[in-house]
Amino acid sequence: MDRNSNTYTFIYAAVMVVLVAAVLASAATVLRPKQNKNVEIEKKQNILASVNIESTFDTAEKIYAEQIKKQYVVNSKGEVIDGEDAFTVDLKKEKAKPVEERMLPVFECQTESGLKYVFPMRGTGLWGPIWGFVSLNDDMSTIFGANFDHEGETPGLGAEIATTWFQEEFKGKKILDESGKLVSITVKKAGQDAPAEHSVDGISGGTITSKGLEQMLLDDFNSYQEFLMKKKS
Amino acid sequence: MSEPLFSKKNLKLLSDPINNSNPITVQVLGICSALAVTAQLKPAIVMALSVMAVLALANVIISLLRNTIPNRIRIIVQLVVIAALVILVDQILRAYVYDVSKQLSVFVGLIITNCILMGRLEAFALGNRPWQSFLDGIGNAAGYGVILIIVGFFRELFGSGSVLGFQIIPDSWYISNGGFYENNGMMILPPMALITVGIIIWVQRSRNRKLIED
Repeated sequence: MDRNSNTYTFIYAAVMVVLVAAVLASAATVLRPKQNKNVEIEKKQNILASVNIESTFDTAEKIYAEQIKKQYVVNSKGEVIDGEDAFTVDLKKEKAKPVEERMLPVFECQTESGLKYVFPMRGTGLWGPIWGFVSLNDDMSTIFGANFDHEGETPGLGAEIATTWFQEEFKGKKILDESGKLVSITVKKAGQDAPAEHSVDGISGGTITSKGLEQMLLDDFNSYQEFLMKKKS
Repeated sequence: MSEPLFSKKNLKLLSDPINNSNPITVQVLGICSALAVTAQLKPAIVMALSVMAVLALANVIISLLRNTIPNRIRIIVQLVVIAALVILVDQILRAYVYDVSKQLSVFVGLIITNCILMGRLEAFALGNRPWQSFLDGIGNAAGYGVILIIVGFFRELFGSGSVLGFQIIPDSWYISNGGFYENNGMMILPPMALITVGIIIWVQRSRNRKLIED
C-alpha cells in the first residue's frame, strides 16, 4: 500500500490510537489498587504528623493503628453519625454539600499530653486545592499540631504551607477567644494587626495561598463548631 | 546481520553521547529538567533511569516501525509513542516508589517534552535498525543521566550536607552546634544547578579541546 496515501495515514493513526489506549487502560487498572494504597498511607502519615508523631512510609500503618484509637463522623450539630468510616470520607464531595448535610470526620489520638482531636480540612489555594489536618487539645481551642499539603502551589511561595516552619507556627495558638467564641486563626500579612494567640505569620509572596488557608480554617472549624462546644463543656 | 552485536561502531553509539556528543553539555538539550530535579541525588537518579527506559524503548519501537510510519504524521507517531511510555513510567513510579513520584511530580510528565527524546527518534531511530537504536537510546540517556547525577550529588552535598539522604557533613561542624559550617541554601535553588552545569561544561571542554568552537 502506498505509504503516502490518505487512507493509509488514517488507518495507521486509528490503529495506533486504539492500541495505545488499550495498553494504557490496562496498565492503569492493574496498578490502581497499589496506587490507592500509597495515597491511603500518605493520609495516615499526614494525620499522624498533625499530632506531632513522625512516621515513615513503612511504619505509618502500624503506628496509625496503635495511636489513632477512635475515628468517627459527626454532623454539623455535633452528633455522631453511626456506621460511617471517617477515614474514607471524601472531603471534596462533602464540601460541595450544604453544611447541614456534611459528614465531618473526627480522629482521636491519645498522646502523652492527653487526648487530641484531629480535624481534616480542605480549601482552595492559588492554583488548586489545599488540604490538611489540625489537631486540638481537649480544651477544643489550643492547636496541638498542624499539617498542610497542596496540589500545585508555587514552590518557595505558596508551597511553603507544606513546610515545617510554617506548620510549627500553629502550635499553641488558640481558635476560641476568651468568651469561647470561634475566631479561628488569622494568617497575617506584614504589618497586619491581629492578636498573637489567634494568628500566625503569613508567607511573603504567597498571599493568596495564605488567605486561602485562613479561609479554609475558618470554614471548616465553623462546620465543627457545635461539636467543639459540646466537647468543651 | 553479519556485524557483531558489540562491534566498535556499535559501542561508539553508547560511549559517544556520554562524552563527545553529550546531550546536555555539548548539545545543550534537556536543560530544564536537569535544573529542576537535581536538588537531591535520589530524584536525579530516578529521573535518569526513567528517561533511559523511555528513550531506549521509544527508540526501539520507532525503529521497528520505521518502514511503516506514514511520513506526514511521523512526528505525531513519535509523540504518541513517547507519551504512552511516559504515562506508563509515571503509573509504575506512583505504584512502587510513591514518595519519589511525588517529588518528581510534574517532571515525569515533562519527559514528553524533553528535546533529547524527539531529537534521537527523529535523527537516529527513523533511519537505523532496532539494536543500534537501542544502544543509541541507552547511550544518550546515560549521557544525560551522568550529568544529572553529578549535579545532584554536588547540590545535595553542599545544599543539604547529605548524599542520598545520609548526613555526610558531621553535625558538630554546623554553626548551630558551635561549629563553623553552614549549608549553602543557594545550592537548593535552580540557579546553582545552571552554574554547576556550566562548571561541568568548562571542565569537559578544557580537557577535550575538540569541543571548543572557534
